[in-house]
Amino acid sequence: MSLFERWHLDKPLFVALLILGVVSLVVLYSASGESVHFAVDDALHLLVGFAVMIILAQIPPETYRRWSVPVFTAGVLGLAAVLAIGAVRFGARRWIALGPLSIQPSEFMKLFVPMALSWFFSRGHLPPRLSRLAIATLILLVPVLLIAKEPDLGTSLIVFLSGIIVLFLAGIGWRTVLTVLVMGTAAAPILWAHMHHYQRQRIYILFHPEADPLGAGYHAIQAMIAVGSGGLFGQGWLSSSQARLHFLPDSTTDFAFAVFCQEFGLFGNLALLALYLFIVYRGLRIAFAAQDTYSRLLAGSLSILFFFDVFINMGMVAGILPVVGVPLPLLSYGGTSLLIIMAGLGVLMSIHSHRRLVN
Amino acid sequence: MRYIPLKNDSQELRLFESRVLIAAILGTLLVLGLVTRLGYLQVVKHRYYATLAQNNRVAALPIAPARGLILDRNGVVLADDFPVFTLQVTPDRVPDMQRLLAKLKPLVALNAQDLRDFRRRLAQRKPFQNVTLRAHLSEAEAARVAVNLTRLEGATLHARLRRYYPLGGLATGAIGYVSRITRGELQGQKAERYFGYRHIGQLGVEKSYQKDLMGRIGFKDVEMDARGRAVKVLKRILPRAGRNLYLNIDAQMQAIGEQMLANRPGSVVALDPRTGAVLTLISSPIYDPNPFVNGIREKTYKALATNPAGPLDNRALNGLYPPGSTIKPFFAYAALQTHWFNPHKRVMCPGYYHLPHSTHLFHCWKPLGMGRVDLKDAIEQSCDVYFYHLAFKQGIDRMTRYLGYFGFGHKTGIDLPGEYRGLVPTQAWIKASGRPWYPGQTIITGIGQGPLLVTPLQLADAVAAIANHGVRMRPEVVRGIVNPVTHHVHYKKPYAYPAIPRRRKNSLKRLIRDMTQVVEGPHGTARGIAYGLPYRVAGKTGTAQLWSVVPNYKGKHIRSDALFMAFAPVKNPRIAIAVIVEHAGFGALAAAPIARALMNFYLLGHVHARTQNQSHPQIAQARITP
Repeated sequence: MSLFERWHLDKPLFVALLILGVVSLVVLYSASGESVHFAVDDALHLLVGFAVMIILAQIPPETYRRWSVPVFTAGVLGLAAVLAIGAVRFGARRWIALGPLSIQPSEFMKLFVPMALSWFFSRGHLPPRLSRLAIATLILLVPVLLIAKEPDLGTSLIVFLSGIIVLFLAGIGWRTVLTVLVMGTAAAPILWAHMHHYQRQRIYILFHPEADPLGAGYHAIQAMIAVGSGGLFGQGWLSSSQARLHFLPDSTTDFAFAVFCQEFGLFGNLALLALYLFIVYRGLRIAFAAQDTYSRLLAGSLSILFFFDVFINMGMVAGILPVVGVPLPLLSYGGTSLLIIMAGLGVLMSIHSHRRLVN
Repeated sequence: MRYIPLKNDSQELRLFESRVLIAAILGTLLVLGLVTRLGYLQVVKHRYYATLAQNNRVAALPIAPARGLILDRNGVVLADDFPVFTLQVTPDRVPDMQRLLAKLKPLVALNAQDLRDFRRRLAQRKPFQNVTLRAHLSEAEAARVAVNLTRLEGATLHARLRRYYPLGGLATGAIGYVSRITRGELQGQKAERYFGYRHIGQLGVEKSYQKDLMGRIGFKDVEMDARGRAVKVLKRILPRAGRNLYLNIDAQMQAIGEQMLANRPGSVVALDPRTGAVLTLISSPIYDPNPFVNGIREKTYKALATNPAGPLDNRALNGLYPPGSTIKPFFAYAALQTHWFNPHKRVMCPGYYHLPHSTHLFHCWKPLGMGRVDLKDAIEQSCDVYFYHLAFKQGIDRMTRYLGYFGFGHKTGIDLPGEYRGLVPTQAWIKASGRPWYPGQTIITGIGQGPLLVTPLQLADAVAAIANHGVRMRPEVVRGIVNPVTHHVHYKKPYAYPAIPRRRKNSLKRLIRDMTQVVEGPHGTARGIAYGLPYRVAGKTGTAQLWSVVPNYKGKHIRSDALFMAFAPVKNPRIAIAVIVEHAGFGALAAAPIARALMNFYLLGHVHARTQNQSHPQIAQARITP
């Protein structure tokens, strides 16, 4: 029994994550203006993240299944508490202060919603009937709307997406999908009418970043400049002028990928993308090998959600998606979001390694 | 009946697999889209974005060159670059603004206005930009701040060159001044050329030689961060200093003229008839151009602009005067070219003149008349009736044609901006005016009244043409342009206009002889200046009457301007001069002595008794070899 097996870890996945961690250190050291202090900080975050992943990998999936409903309920209560007593930062109420820690319950829902829905679907047989779908949608919409109310459009969309992925994997009928799509299109103008000004601005600027180069379009334009100036091979490590001279905002968090683009070019991007896709591939393999519906749905949805995290962030940097605050998994500097990603990967590892012997 | 679902694991697995397959296909499409986009940005548009990144990064900061100096013909500095110190504050480096201001207070005089301005600028500044606390520190203040600079964190002392006219209002009409470039002046190409400059020549040679004076701006390419902080200097292109101007004007002569005019409204223009060199160009009253350099205060400007004497008008170039009797020699010259005119033929002057078949009387300035006068007498005594006759005989076309030969009604082409062409009632002008031309108007034009208007510069240039054997030169204020590094002087070549037509051989000689009589003759109108003159002068006085907005000393709105034009020495003239003193009455009394003083100075080196003690002390001291 190898060390990885004993620690319930998937070796290829673990190695890929380790490489990403190193890439993160490399990029953030440059993006922070060669701050050793910052790099050490990031390393500590990663260390905590890996620790969380390893710890969660030890817990058998059966335990997660049993805890799915309680943690989801706690999460929803947490969201309600945020709206009631949360701290306001940058004009949005997203945080709850717990002593020295400030936590963001909405981030946790990225994990708890797939758990709860997987649990729900694993209790009936698949594909689910319409009535069960309706209940599942309700379970999904409660946290999504609570988060949207904070307001945190980006996270609420991701949480919504996480639930939709489970619904999709559970096997909603195509007719339902079509109906929802049509209804969604019809509802878009209503949604638009209820959006905050800055949210509309973001969507508008997505299509016309040059309309406001120093204001709302600034992020998008500076990110595109960073990406485009990278060229095929990049300008080399520590040579991202966009980050070093502070033209690129949030260069260590949401726009870390832009720094990577400028420094390592298209080839670097393809390598990084391949690494991420490999992680998604490993996750899906784990899902295929899962032995019960709950594990299968959870592993599948977590893997696909991981893919969307990556895609949305990269798409945002490349200017094909609006600037929503979604960090790049592992690469971006960040507390809660990194922790949740690592927790999700921990659950994946647990599903991988706690296989019952075939009877 | 309750439906009990039966779990069918293999079917569920197949469903899951098919769904993941669909997701994988969708995901692949998304990834392909992303890769395409990245490829588009990083390969196709790479150059474009690389340029944008470079533009983000590098800013060109201008390094201003020193503006060229302006020197008079003897090397007296007329326009100088003067280092001034500006106290600036970088707010982001100041730990405690109140304490800094408190520390600065005993070192430099800061009044409430300074502090108010400072607060306003502080509120408007960009991050990491310096804010001026006080401009124009005295040398003592600058020294005090410099010594204490280490204690004053965030405060910086900047030296900048400021245009300074050390002789104040001397020759402002010729020199002009520089002032701040306004947004309106920077349009199109000009904006590019003037990038980095703060001042631009507004009048005089400061304007017309702006390109020579301004030099070329230097640049340093500086790597800038997003807040506009300079991080490091990448490249430096040194500026090229502006070229110095070496004028024909003699500052001392100019000062004598200005002091003799004593701020009475008027003008003096003195030329070297051989080259057109402008020796003196006075527009009186004078005003100090220095306040204009960095924005004149509104109150000061208003006082200048509303002054009824009009100091801001450049009378030498823009003053339009009826020439009065000073025009007579030019009409005499025109008549002398005809076959029918006999200068010896006497004309009876009874004190008045009337046109045939008309009872309207045109008076002579001498009410009782001068008796029988020939051309010599008519010029010497300035007989109006003689010239009435002459005008009637010549007709307006011939008169205006000859005025045109002498440059009247045309720009002289002087190297100063904005001169006026005056007014000569040519056929074209009469047609354009839309009013009929009466014979009476021809008659009064014959003595320099009527619609005829000339500028002092035109008058000087025309009399210089008589002095220069009928060849009129283009007036030039600038003698040469000096390279400040090599000290090589590029002298300007004198420019001659086509010679004035002369059909009778001795006509010019005769005219000059008759004009000499104005000074030397027993009845000469300018005989008052003849006493003790060691050289011979030819000239002509004039008194022009015109309606004025400003009442004269008698409270009447008829104003009499005194005019005098002359050149000397009569043989080989070296100076030609035109003097106009507004409101001064008879030309010989007010204007002729000024001309004499300037000619004395120029030809003999004498300083006029009335002015020698007040002469600018700087003029004697400030001499630089150009």
